[in-house]
Amino acid sequence: MTLDVQGMLKAIDAIGETLEMHKDYLTELDSAIGDADHGINMNRGFHKVREKLSAGTYVDLGAVLKDVGMTLMSSVGGAAGPLYGTFFMRMSMKLAGLQAADTSSLAEAMEEGLKGIVALGKAQLEDKTMVDALTPAVEALKKASGNGAALAAALESAVAAARAGMEATTPLVARKGRASYLGERSAGHQDPGATSTYLILSTLLTSLKERV
Amino acid sequence: MKKLLNKIDDVVVESLAGLAASHPTLVRLHPSVKAVLRADAPRVKVAVISGGGSGHEPLHGGYVGYGMLDAACPGEVFTSPTPDQMYEAAKAVEGGKGVLFIVKNYTGDVMNFQMAADMLAGEGVNVAQVVIDDDVAVQDSLYTAGRRGVGGTVLAEKIVGAKAEAGGSLEEVKALCEKVNSRVRSMGMALTPCTVPAAGKPTFSLAEDEMEIGIGIHGEPGRERMKLKPAGQIVEMMAKAIVDDLPFKPGDEVLAFVNGMGGTPQMELFLVFNDLAAYLRDRGLVIARSLVGNYITSLEMQGFSITLLKLDEELKVLWDAPVETAGLRWGR
Repeated sequence: MTLDVQGMLKAIDAIGETLEMHKDYLTELDSAIGDADHGINMNRGFHKVREKLSAGTYVDLGAVLKDVGMTLMSSVGGAAGPLYGTFFMRMSMKLAGLQAADTSSLAEAMEEGLKGIVALGKAQLEDKTMVDALTPAVEALKKASGNGAALAAALESAVAAARAGMEATTPLVARKGRASYLGERSAGHQDPGATSTYLILSTLLTSLKERV
Repeated sequence: MKKLLNKIDDVVVESLAGLAASHPTLVRLHPSVKAVLRADAPRVKVAVISGGGSGHEPLHGGYVGYGMLDAACPGEVFTSPTPDQMYEAAKAVEGGKGVLFIVKNYTGDVMNFQMAADMLAGEGVNVAQVVIDDDVAVQDSLYTAGRRGVGGTVLAEKIVGAKAEAGGSLEEVKALCEKVNSRVRSMGMALTPCTVPAAGKPTFSLAEDEMEIGIGIHGEPGRERMKLKPAGQIVEMMAKAIVDDLPFKPGDEVLAFVNGMGGTPQMELFLVFNDLAAYLRDRGLVIARSLVGNYITSLEMQGFSITLLKLDEELKVLWDAPVETAGLRWGR
């Protein structure tokens, strides 16, 4: 099984739906340690993405993800806008010209996306950011790819790793972003950025499984 | 939530339209992106541009005009603007002598301004950036995103704007902005939280007898929560942290700025200034200039911040220079 253009369009649409559904939840997480806008911003961004994608016709994955990245960058704002924008832009470069992605090309693309996020945000593991969910997910995906795993199974392991990474942000003291100003008081709260990353990946998996 | 609104999603756009409608000789809005432009831009001078989340009015849109900013790029409430806003605003007001971005030190602001600067540099526009980080409440900058940009931003925009108006080069204007940032320190406190319209409920909670010390300007909680004290004691605690940080020394001339967070009456701000003046006198500092009022706010939050800027002759002359904006005006 591969992720083709129609599958990707459907998955992005489903991600938009998930973020809309979890808008208040993400904002609540953000109000504990940030500035109470993560859910609002992500929902606004993906709303624009869905508008943009529904108006276009696409034949390759790179073009889809490039539009996702550009739209997020110009509509989300905050730190999440440039970070998620870069993630999808970098993925689009790796998937340019491809009509479908298998486990190995998706793993490569997501690794490239993660590199973009780290280069821009300079966050390391355990800084209590989206990197804490995305890094283990990318590693799981690469490992599954090395083992020749099918796409759904590989994504399954990536989502489990992202979930564990997200949950592990709760006891951490934030060292990046607005939560870092709270010092020790940021401990005891799950990171909103890691949470939106988990939601995005888990929705990609669900959407893919529904197509089978 | 009780606010004056029509549609929650349109709060920022409608507020900007009102700013433009009430000050048509000073500002106009960009036709395609959210940006407030000086009415008579572009002019042959360094274009000074700032921006950041909305909810801090009059910062930044209220400081667009003669002797201050050439453009301001507001994001959604408490959310950084996006790169296309700064890019388009710069293209609209740049008059051939380059662009200076004044950026408050927040992760999102820094990233979005950097992307805009890269886009402009790619087209051959001369762009410089200065990041303002004057908040002494953030102590351990090694393990945080660094000190936040707060009250010092208002003073930097006024002083740097005067220099650009007087024909300073991009190098001179940038160096001056760095100088202001190196000599200014601030700290804030809150009596109440504030409510982001799209969130609908307060960003944190405080009991009737509690206050939050070391807050930023985005409704984010501060470093420490404590029992409410008399104003004089609060002022002393904050002013001491500021004076000891630079440090300001006996005999230094300062600009003392008491800023309201949006919901504090002017009466209380003057009361705070009175306590501040007494404390600074005890420390041997001379208040050579002052500013008291709501200039960099957090929506309807009650509370205040103190900002001290160490002055010299150059800074005094530039502070006194004429300015005509919706939020600050004198001498013209």
